[in-house]
Amino acid sequence: MTIDWSWITDHRDDLTTLTLSHLQAALSAVALGLLISLPLAVLAHRVRPLRGLLLGLSNVLFTIPSIAVFVLLLPVSGLTRTTTVIGLTIYTLVVLLRNTVEGLDSVPARTKEAAKAMGTRPLRTLLTVELPLALPVIMAGVRIATVMSISLVSVATYIGDGGLGQLFTDGFQRNFPTPVIVGVVLTLLLALVADALLVALQYVLTPWTRRRKGA
Amino acid sequence: MYELLKDLGAWLVDGEQWTGPDGIGHRLAEHLQYSLLATLVAAAIALPIGLLIGHTGRGAFVAINLSSFGRALPTVGLVVLVFLASGLSMWPVYIALVALAVPSIVTNTYAGMTAVDAEVKDAARGQGMRAHQVLLQVELPLALPLIMTGLRLALIQVVATATIAAYVSFGGLGRYVFDGLAQRDLVQVLGGAVLVALVAVVLDLALSGLQRVLFRHRPAKSA
Repeated sequence: MTIDWSWITDHRDDLTTLTLSHLQAALSAVALGLLISLPLAVLAHRVRPLRGLLLGLSNVLFTIPSIAVFVLLLPVSGLTRTTTVIGLTIYTLVVLLRNTVEGLDSVPARTKEAAKAMGTRPLRTLLTVELPLALPVIMAGVRIATVMSISLVSVATYIGDGGLGQLFTDGFQRNFPTPVIVGVVLTLLLALVADALLVALQYVLTPWTRRRKGA
Repeated sequence: MYELLKDLGAWLVDGEQWTGPDGIGHRLAEHLQYSLLATLVAAAIALPIGLLIGHTGRGAFVAINLSSFGRALPTVGLVVLVFLASGLSMWPVYIALVALAVPSIVTNTYAGMTAVDAEVKDAARGQGMRAHQVLLQVELPLALPLIMTGLRLALIQVVATATIAAYVSFGGLGRYVFDGLAQRDLVQVLGGAVLVALVAVVLDLALSGLQRVLFRHRPAKSA
């Protein structure tokens, strides 16, 4: 299997466009997923009966193959970017919801009681005590969701979207490996860079975890 | 939407739909064969690696990064790539499915091993246990719940992704999804998706039931 390097230089502009569109779909899905899962996670954390229901429901959604999710959305949102983003968002929900609930669970009860004793109201406790302390676990979820979304965008190629995934269909149909290799490598690179940036972001956002490690 | 659901119900319960080489029975058997074989091979590769890394503490970097890599690898691309390299065979599908399952199992096994209390391991060594005894009689049983979680996660992913076999003209429940797509037959696509989801849920429940039976002797943990 040889790589046709001239194909790559000839298609530089297309590759840039596909990469950007790929990234846009994945990041929109993670952002939407966070927006939806945060309130749901707080609800699942506070209201025990809802917890099993919400986590179970997201688990079931996760088992539906992504190809089918994209296709099933066609009657709702058509052959558009919206379909891709909604489909991906559904997948991010599983990881984000679970990790955010686990993160909130991991905050020691004593810490919350201390905040309460100091007269901090529940909402303020949530925003200034619980969420920051849960951040490392939540960020772990965000990293997984981001990497997973970047890899999953390709599946949307079956409904005509799919960013770099279009290179796979192209290579498959023409029996030409170069675009497939380029697509796989670019997807891996995108995921790697995004993950590294999120690690850096977490390092900046959680200074207290750095100090503890030295002890 | 109601019409669609009615058609789907009719599609699923139609007796003719279940028999023959294109029938649901046969496709279901194929799908199970792909998924279970791939998960077994993946477990055979991943469990020793995870146990070793967790026990020795060496290569933790590999274990942690392997999971990111596994998640980032676009399965469609991998299938097409191996397909173009090896020609028409089941190899691309199996390689892709195993590659998908290995990271989840390695990382969870590793995580389970590192979660074992260091004092417990010290106590075991203090009683004169050898390294392999500590590994098999202390660390492994304590790490089993997380290992099982990894296996369940891997199995769900593999069942959902085995759909891809149909993309390179093999069988399994993905046939309905891809054939339905090509024929613009939404009911068939929906039927395939529902069946795959059902298989995944049932297998997951079966594994969690097995897990419960295996750990019955242990007091329930509050966490």
